[in-house]
Amino acid sequence: MSTLRVFKKKPDDLGFVGKILYYILLIVGALVSIFPFYWMFVVATNDKGAVFHVPPLLTLGDQFVENFKRVLEKSDFFEALGNSLFVASMVTVSVVFFCTLAGYAFAKYEFPLKNVLFYFVIATLFVPQQLGVLPTYVIMAKLHWIDSFKALIVPAMVNAFGIFWMRQYISTAVHTELIEAGRIDGGGHFRIFWNIAIPVITPAMATLGILNFMTVWNDFFWPLVVLKSKENYTIQIALQQLFTTRDGLDYGMIMSATFTATLPLLVVFLLFSRWVIAGLTSGAIKS
Amino acid sequence: MAQPAITSPHAESKRPFLTEQRRSRITAYTFISPFFILFSIFGLYPIFFTIYLSFFKWDALGPMKYVGLKNYDLVTSDPTFWISFTNTLIMGLMGTVPQILLALLVAVLLNSGMTKFKKTFRILYFMPNITSIVAVTLVFSTLFGNNGMINWLLNSLGLDSMAFNSGWWGVKIAISTMVMWRWMGYNAIIFLSGLQSIPTDLYEAARIDGANRRQQLTFITLPLLKPFIIFVTLLSTIGALQLFTEPYVFLGQSGTGSTRQEGITMVTYLYSEAFRNGFFGTAAATAVLLFLVTIIFSVLNMLVSNRLGGDTGGGKA
Repeated sequence: MSTLRVFKKKPDDLGFVGKILYYILLIVGALVSIFPFYWMFVVATNDKGAVFHVPPLLTLGDQFVENFKRVLEKSDFFEALGNSLFVASMVTVSVVFFCTLAGYAFAKYEFPLKNVLFYFVIATLFVPQQLGVLPTYVIMAKLHWIDSFKALIVPAMVNAFGIFWMRQYISTAVHTELIEAGRIDGGGHFRIFWNIAIPVITPAMATLGILNFMTVWNDFFWPLVVLKSKENYTIQIALQQLFTTRDGLDYGMIMSATFTATLPLLVVFLLFSRWVIAGLTSGAIKS
Repeated sequence: MAQPAITSPHAESKRPFLTEQRRSRITAYTFISPFFILFSIFGLYPIFFTIYLSFFKWDALGPMKYVGLKNYDLVTSDPTFWISFTNTLIMGLMGTVPQILLALLVAVLLNSGMTKFKKTFRILYFMPNITSIVAVTLVFSTLFGNNGMINWLLNSLGLDSMAFNSGWWGVKIAISTMVMWRWMGYNAIIFLSGLQSIPTDLYEAARIDGANRRQQLTFITLPLLKPFIIFVTLLSTIGALQLFTEPYVFLGQSGTGSTRQEGITMVTYLYSEAFRNGFFGTAAATAVLLFLVTIIFSVLNMLVSNRLGGDTGGGKA
């Protein structure tokens, strides 16, 4: 590297070889990251035997519709997709609303035990979900919520991560003077929250919403525990069921289903990725 | 943009009891109450009930029978529990250690300021994280199949095929690869945000003092990145100890999920004790043991990560 100093390079410069190596590393990593998506589509568009092709098949076929027809025979695919959409939207709307309220209170109000309560919220992040799963199941049984969407929605309606996230954002983005001005003008507390705070923090709410939607959409463990009948399956359980048929695995069918189930999330993510990643890189863990 | 709302005249209360301070406290408590109410019912109560339950024999239907520490005895004398425990640790190590190192490398590369397509790379690296674990597992189960692409690659390199869906190491390698693939980019993005929070003039000052690249890394980057490293390793450790979906789906082709020994984890063990065998007592004891293991590993983690980067005391983000 030092031999190239004659060219008056910036001290950070890696030189020609370094640069090539650098791009090779990054590109290989990126290819590994997206290859499984491509592979999913390859299998989904080819006939049954494609998975076992030697050497591996890497070109797209025209069998997607055929494969997907078999998905519809084997499962209530769109019903499951609708169930997931319903559950994830309900949870997301509720999480964004309640977490924003709580985050706002922690950021902008003074009240006794505020710090203790906030640390308590943070501490709950470290308790594994499985620790409480059996009694929660029993509670659900007592409430007759087993096999009902209520069991998926109600416990998830607000969470510690969201409160933490919103508090971080609100404490810097919403100016206290504005709130005080609103109060002097006689605005009610909720009204000030709604009309003054909310418009400023929509980006953070959007990011929280997307992250939360993805988490709920992709959840597997809890739906597996509480959902019993086929018509209530969320998409993840429906996908897993396609995988458990005993009569030989039809990978073309399975992958056309996973691909169709992944596609909406992929599109949403690509549309909003700038916000999500910028959100993650700016506010995530500053204290 | 944020105009003060038009105010209603009756907002000022005439009752002396509700002073402005009291009223704002009540508002604050109301705003935070949904979390505390829901958490008490679906978080706190279940935790204590799990601990209580671990001293009883119960099938979730009939009456509960007090058995003292017998559940813990049963669990710790069950060889399958210990297999699930070692599996969890082995897969945890294989899935997180290389993954975090790779994530650091990617973050450093993305931060080095040369890339033209920085944003595109960030999106590509983050994409695995948005897919569902079920989908990921299904895709990888074809790649890791007996005649799958990975074995084809191994064969073309002159190596023997590996039984990724039934071998003791094969299963572990396949599952850890899925974990790595899904989380490496996510952690890289978190590290990247840490790197971007380090002021550039620190590096300039170091360069003027004649520090080389390696010295900059060990004396500036790593110490200042410490809080992020602690955060990522802690969350990865907790996640690794809770591994469930990947082994459950990956080994579950032939029936309803799997507790096959090559890939059984503590959570799959817990799940099958409770929801397949109906032993809620031993499952509760397993949950408590899992929690203890989580605490032990989190503390160990903090101790190890805290020694990282040496002399620059407590980290600040």
